[in-house]
Amino acid sequence: MKQSLTHWLMEDAPRSRRQAAMGSLYRGLLALVGNPPALVGLVIVTILVLIAIFAPFLDRGISPIAQDLGNRLAPPSAAHWFGTDELGRDIYSRTLYGSRVTLTIVGLVSVVVTPIGLAVGTLSGYLGGWVDSVLMRITDVFLAFPRLVLALAFAAALGPGIENAVIAISLTAWPPYARIARAETITIAKSDFIQAVVLQGASTWRILIRHIVPLCLSSVIVRLTLDMAGIILTAAGLGFLGLGAQPPTAEWGAMVSAGRDVILDQWWVATIPGVAIFLVSLGFNLLGDGLRDVFDPKDAS
Amino acid sequence: MERGKAGRMVRQLASFCLTLALTFIGLTAVTFLISRLTHIDPVLALVGDKASKDVYDQAYHAMGLDQPLVVQYAYYLKRLVSGDFGVSVLTSQPVLSDLLRVFPATFELATVAIVIGVALGIPAGVVAGARKGSWPDHLVRVVGLFGYSVPVFWLGLVGLFVFYGKLGWVSGTGRLDVFYEDVVTPRTGIILVDSALDGDWDIFRNAFSHLILPAAILGFFSLAYIARMTRSFMIGQLSQEYITTARVKGRSFWGAVWRHAFPNIMVPLITVVGLSYASLLEGAVLTETVFAWPGLGLYITRALFNGDMNAVLGGTILVGAVFIGINLVSDLLYKVFDPRLRDA
Repeated sequence: MKQSLTHWLMEDAPRSRRQAAMGSLYRGLLALVGNPPALVGLVIVTILVLIAIFAPFLDRGISPIAQDLGNRLAPPSAAHWFGTDELGRDIYSRTLYGSRVTLTIVGLVSVVVTPIGLAVGTLSGYLGGWVDSVLMRITDVFLAFPRLVLALAFAAALGPGIENAVIAISLTAWPPYARIARAETITIAKSDFIQAVVLQGASTWRILIRHIVPLCLSSVIVRLTLDMAGIILTAAGLGFLGLGAQPPTAEWGAMVSAGRDVILDQWWVATIPGVAIFLVSLGFNLLGDGLRDVFDPKDAS
Repeated sequence: MERGKAGRMVRQLASFCLTLALTFIGLTAVTFLISRLTHIDPVLALVGDKASKDVYDQAYHAMGLDQPLVVQYAYYLKRLVSGDFGVSVLTSQPVLSDLLRVFPATFELATVAIVIGVALGIPAGVVAGARKGSWPDHLVRVVGLFGYSVPVFWLGLVGLFVFYGKLGWVSGTGRLDVFYEDVVTPRTGIILVDSALDGDWDIFRNAFSHLILPAAILGFFSLAYIARMTRSFMIGQLSQEYITTARVKGRSFWGAVWRHAFPNIMVPLITVVGLSYASLLEGAVLTETVFAWPGLGLYITRALFNGDMNAVLGGTILVGAVFIGINLVSDLLYKVFDPRLRDA
């Protein structure tokens, strides 16, 4: 059975679209597994997702927002694995729940940024001419902006909170995707099958949405994975400055900030959420590097 | 022939100026929109919440808020160009003079950091690229990965904990110990330079012990980036045939690396160093907050918490302008120094 499944996946001449898709997915997975750092990244990201989903089962029955002022700033112990913070809240539990905020931000930014980047990039690349010039000028302008500072100003104007942090990050994060989508579109638009579709009378929208966008997606997703670490770090930076998720929600950047004043005496308060941020960014970086090597072998060196 | 060349130069310069102008218009448009988005009512901030409806409307009209957005933006741009960034609520000073006062501290920090990044990053990258798979190569890879993954504010805190709290090798937060503050004659605003000009080496040493940790942490990030880029440029050059030719003619391996390959990667490196320097100014925002370093970053974040939007936006424009300026100038330098691009 297993033999035949592998055979079905690896067949040179797939008989259905689904088989072809599954086959290329399987080959990609094989290449990823054959790349140990990427595998480590995949494992870290998977663990992050699992932790975010199952946090209520892993928190050992301690709420992330339950205060215990009599037991504040307690060092790591059997009762509190990572110690407690300045309000006596369990840092282990807060770190677990913090993964939800991180994943929410990363997910929302991806959902916002990908369509904007794809729309601008494919339109620009396919239509060319003055549309291209105008859109690319705008993209260049946004590309030259300082990301964190602008996100900071946006978050300050809109007020703190996760949604506004997402808007702020997205506004400064979309230009690279537009660039990538444009470059891909220009090559794709020259290919014969697009000419064939044009001859069949397909509208520009249909060509863009049904034929070009799907082909741009893989590069965009690879780039998105590579950018995840940067997005997480920017979000954590906003959180650290108090512009991300608001108390009492557990957010890693804000947790590091809470441990700032006691760093010299109670190091664990700031250190542990920082390690969480580091590990998750590392995971996305490793995975992104691996995906790039798999999908885009010319950059592999 | 000559005329064609001059024409090209002019066209390139014109295109550069256009990009510069567009980018600045874009930046100010965004800051303008932010200032209109903010939930702080600029009229109330001026007249106070006890003002009557008449006074409010009058102020509303006087501030031009009843004009179309485009007209308001034009006025805003005009004020910016004349150097009027508004008055900071927090310091009651014009924002521009505040910015000029705090900028040298950030400049000092970022400059020492980039020196660290360049001095260590370029040699490390060259060796890593020349000896692929050796231990320096793996080291550069690990450092790069670490630099791309670690939050700067956290690294700063851990650095403070270890090097100040535990080991006592460096001084703590701030630019100087309290009893040295305001002693040095402010000439440039850069304490290392000012104290050296005064010949006051105690202050110099003290300032250095405060500076070195934040600068090293920022420098680490630019080191990670510069080394990684240098490595990939080096690998690209060493696979070229002219290197083989040089080797066949009897050049030693390292001779070929430094005398033949290195000059060729200098050009792209200028851009990398420029970008890295620009991003340091940004990274400084978080680092300064951690180290209570009285520069631009701390100024912006303090203003942020006091709802001082004039100061926040003034700071954003300054960081943005420097950022854009460095970006574009390094782009231009690239074109000037790379003959292939000049002819294209």
